[in-house]
Amino acid sequence: MSEQDPAAAFRVEAADVLDATEQALLDLTNNLSSRELIDCVFRGMHTLKGSGAMFGFDALAGFTHHCETAFDRVRKGLAPATPELVATTLSAMDHMRALVEGGSDELEAAGAAILARLQASLGSAPSASAEDAVVQTAPPATLAPGAAPAAATTGAGWHIVFYLPSDSMANGTNPSILLDELRELGETRVTALTDKIPDLADLDPVQCHIGWNVELRGSASRADIDDVFIFVMDDMDLFIEPLDSEEPAPAQAAAPSPPQAPSPAVATPPPPKSQPPAARKVRPVEETVRVPAGRLDVLMDRVGELVIVQSRLAQLAETGVVGAAGELALRSISEEVERLASELRDTTMVLRMVPVTALFARFRRLVHDLAHETGKSIEFLTEGESTEIDKTVSEQLADPIVHLVRNACDHGLEPADERGAAGKPATGRIVLSAEQAGGEVLITIQDDGRGINLERVRTKAQANGLIQPGQALSDHELMQMIFHPGFSTAEQVTNLSGRGVGMDVVKRTIEGLRGTIDMASQPGKGSRVTLRIPLTLAIIEGLLVRVGTGNYVIPLAAVEECIELRGEDDIRSRGRSMIQLRDSLIPFLRLRELFATGTPPDPFQKIVVIGTAGERVGLVVDQIIGSHQTVIKSMSPLHRDIPSFSGATILGDGGVALILDVVQLIALGQQREERLRAVG
Amino acid sequence: MNEKTKIDWDEADGLEVLTFDIGDERLAIEAANIREILDLLPETAVPGAAPLVSGVVNFRGKIIPIADLRIAFGMPVESATLDSRIVVIETELEGEEIQIGLRTDKVYEVTTLDRARACAPPVLGMRWQREYVRELMRQDEHVIVLPDLPAIFQAIRLPQNPKGRAQ
Amino acid sequence: MSSILTVDDSSSVRMAIRIALSGAGHTVAEANDGSDGLNKARMAKYDLIITDLNMPNMNGLDMIREIRKLPIQTGTPIIFLTTESDDSLKQQARAAGATGWLVKPFVPDHLLKVAQKVLGR
Repeated sequence: MSEQDPAAAFRVEAADVLDATEQALLDLTNNLSSRELIDCVFRGMHTLKGSGAMFGFDALAGFTHHCETAFDRVRKGLAPATPELVATTLSAMDHMRALVEGGSDELEAAGAAILARLQASLGSAPSASAEDAVVQTAPPATLAPGAAPAAATTGAGWHIVFYLPSDSMANGTNPSILLDELRELGETRVTALTDKIPDLADLDPVQCHIGWNVELRGSASRADIDDVFIFVMDDMDLFIEPLDSEEPAPAQAAAPSPPQAPSPAVATPPPPKSQPPAARKVRPVEETVRVPAGRLDVLMDRVGELVIVQSRLAQLAETGVVGAAGELALRSISEEVERLASELRDTTMVLRMVPVTALFARFRRLVHDLAHETGKSIEFLTEGESTEIDKTVSEQLADPIVHLVRNACDHGLEPADERGAAGKPATGRIVLSAEQAGGEVLITIQDDGRGINLERVRTKAQANGLIQPGQALSDHELMQMIFHPGFSTAEQVTNLSGRGVGMDVVKRTIEGLRGTIDMASQPGKGSRVTLRIPLTLAIIEGLLVRVGTGNYVIPLAAVEECIELRGEDDIRSRGRSMIQLRDSLIPFLRLRELFATGTPPDPFQKIVVIGTAGERVGLVVDQIIGSHQTVIKSMSPLHRDIPSFSGATILGDGGVALILDVVQLIALGQQREERLRAVG
Repeated sequence: MNEKTKIDWDEADGLEVLTFDIGDERLAIEAANIREILDLLPETAVPGAAPLVSGVVNFRGKIIPIADLRIAFGMPVESATLDSRIVVIETELEGEEIQIGLRTDKVYEVTTLDRARACAPPVLGMRWQREYVRELMRQDEHVIVLPDLPAIFQAIRLPQNPKGRAQ
Repeated sequence: MSSILTVDDSSSVRMAIRIALSGAGHTVAEANDGSDGLNKARMAKYDLIITDLNMPNMNGLDMIREIRKLPIQTGTPIIFLTTESDDSLKQQARAAGATGWLVKPFVPDHLLKVAQKVLGR
C-alpha cells in the first residue's frame, strides 16, 4: 500500500468496517433490542459516510447516509429494529461493498431499490425519506454567509467590543490569537476593558474577565470578523458596528445573535475545491498485509545485525583470510549469516500471517443466508479465530470452506421435523474451528446432522463404476469415494451444493496448498471434515537426494528415517518391493525404476522412509545429499499433472531439483502393496 | 481461442516473426510472443512428463518447461550443436499465460512475413500435422512453417489427466 | 512546530490529518478511540487535539470532558470533527470543553486554517 494514500487506506478500512458492521447486524438478528449492537451498526455507517465523503467516495457516502439515517431512528427509539430491517441492511452492506469499488448507473438503481426497501421496513416514516438530507459531500459553505445582516463591507472599518465566555481560556481559546487575527484584517487599535474584573478575592485565575475594544480600519467585511469569532460566537458577548457610526459603543452590548446559526464550518476563503479524487480512479487495488508494528521491529533488529555482520565481512575481505585466526573469523561470520538468514526467513514468514478471524467471519453471513434459503434453523459457532495462517493460504481456503459449510447446511443438517423425530434439538449446529498443531493449522467443519450414509456412498460409487459390486472396502476407504471427481451423494441436486464444485475440487485445492483433507462421520450424530494446512507455503525444510543423475527434494517433515538398503535385502526383495523394518514390513518404491533413469544403481543405495497419518513407504534413492532449505516454486501447467511432484526448487548452483509429492508417493506405495497382497 | 497470443497480420498484411531452424525445417514465431533467446542451460529431466516437454530449466528464478518441437512433428531427436539456442516464448494455456523454452538448432533474425506469400497447408505430403500449423509461407527457396503453438501445447493436455488418477 | 494529537477510529482520516499537518511541519500523534486518546493526553502535553466524536470505547464528548480535567492539558485547544450540521451537538461539544470544530469532509487547507486559528502563528 502506498504509505501516503488515504484513499487506498480508506478502501482497506471500509472493508474492515463493513465486516465488523455485518457481524454486528448478524448478532442483532438474535438480539434485536441490543442498544450496543445498534450503536455499533450506526457507528460503522457513520464512519463509512464520513470517511467516504472525505476521500471522494461520494456514491458510497450518499447511499450510506440514508442507511445511517434509518439506523439513527432506531437508535433514538423512533423505529424498532426488525428482522426485515436487518435483512435489508445486510443487502445494503453488500451494496456498500460494491460502492467502495466505484459507482455506476446500475449500482445507483440497485441502491435506490434497497433504500426503498429500507424505508418500507422502517414503517416508512416520512422524516427518513430520501430527500430528508443530502449528505455533505459538497464542500461545506465557508463560514457564516448569513451572519452578516448588514452591509458586507463599510470601507472605513469596524468598531468591535467583545467579552469571551469566562471558561474560554480553559477550553483552549487564546484571546491573543483572536486579536492577532483581527490585526491581520487591517490596522487596529486595541484597548482592554477591565470593567468586569471582579474583586481580587473573587478572582478565578483561569477565567477570562477582560474584554476588548477594537477599532479595526480597512476593508474587512463583517463576515471576516465573524470568522474570527466563529468558535466562540454563540457564547460570547460581541458587539460590532461600522466605524464612523454616531452611536457610542455600548459597553455591555448583548451579542447581536446572527439571524440563523452559522453553518458549521470555518473561515477559509477562497471556497475549497472539492476533495481531489485523483487517487480514487485507475489505481489498481494492491494487495496489502497489515503487520503488527512489533513484528516489524523484530525484523528491523535482524536487519541491523545483518548490517553489522556485513561490515565484519567487508573488513575481512579487506585484510584477507590469513592463517588460522582468519579462517576462524570467516567461519564465525558464516555461522552468523546462517543464523541471521534463518531468523530473517522466520520473521519474514510471520509477517504474512493473519488471524483466521476475517476468514471465519464471512461464513456467519453465509450460514445466515443458507438458513433462510433452506428454512432450517442453524446455530453457527467459531473457535480458535486467533489462529494465524499465511495470508495467501487464508484466501485460497475461502472457497473450499464455503463448499464444506454449504454441504453441512444442505446435506448434513436435517430439517427440523426430522431432527425432532430423531430426538435432537430443532436447531442444527455447525462449528468451524481452527487450531495450530506443530507446523500445521487444523481447520475443522463439524455438524450435528445426519452423518454420511456409507451405504448410499457405496451404491453411488458402484453406480458410477468407481468400485465393483461387493468389493470389500473399509469405512475409511468408502469415505474416500466422496473425493472422487464428480461424486455427489445428494439424490436431488439442490440450489446449494449442486452449485459449483465437487469435493474432488475441494480436495485438489487443499492438496495444492500442500494440505490434506480428512472426513469422519457418525450416522445420526454428524460429520466432521478436517483440513490440515502447513503453516507457510513458500519454504520447507527438505532432504536433498540423488536418483540417477537427477536431484530431488523430499519434504523433511515426512521423513521418518534413512536406512541403508543392504545388498542381500536388495536381492531378496527383487520383485517384492517390501522390506522388513524392525518388526514391520513396509512397501518401498525404487525411484530409479519409477523415474526410468536408465542408469545403473549406486552400490550403496539408501531407503528414505516417509510417512503420514500412520502409513509408511520407503523410497530407494542412490544418494542422500543432505538437508536443504527449499524455496518452493510452482511447476508449469504443462507439468502440474504429474503425480510424483508437488513443485520444484532452485539449488545453490542454479540447477533445478524436483520436490517429491509425499502424499501421492505413499498412495502409490500402498496401491502396490495391496496389489501384491491380492496376488499373494 | 487464444486471442491473446495469436498475433494478427498488421494493416499492411505483414507479420513480424523470428525465424529459426529445427532440423532441416525453418520455423517462424510471432516476434511479439518471443521473450528471450538463451544459450543452452542445464536441463533437469521431469520423469513422467510428456515427451514434448521432458525437462525444465531455471529461467531467472522461474521453473519453465523446455519443449522440443521435433516431437510434435515426429522428427528424430538430435543432440545440441554449437548453434543451438533456447527461444523462450510466451503463450496461453487454458487461460493461463505461460513461458516455455523451445529448443532450436539455429536462430536467424526477426523478419516481416508478407501475407501474400502464404500458402495453404497441403492436404498430403506434409510431415506437419495440419492442426499444428498456423500458416505456411514461401520465402526464397524455403518454406517457412508458422506453428500454432497453443494448439501444440493444448494437445498434450488432452485427454485430461488430472492429478491423482494417473499411474 | 506544534505537537498535535489526532483521535479518530477511522485510520484513513487519521492518515489524511497526519499527512496534512506533518506537511506543514507539525508532529502528529494518533489515537484510535476515545480511551486511547485520553491515555495519550495523560502522558504528553499537546498543542492541539483533533478528535472525532463518534467513536467506540469512549466517545469524543466523554473524552473531551476527561481531558479538560487533566492539569497537563490545561488550555489545550481541542477541535472536534463532525459530519452533522446538528447545532445541539456543537453546543454539547462546546459545553464539554471543545475549542472549535471542523466539518467532514474537509480538505487539507481547511484543516490547516483551523489548526492555525487555534494555534496562532
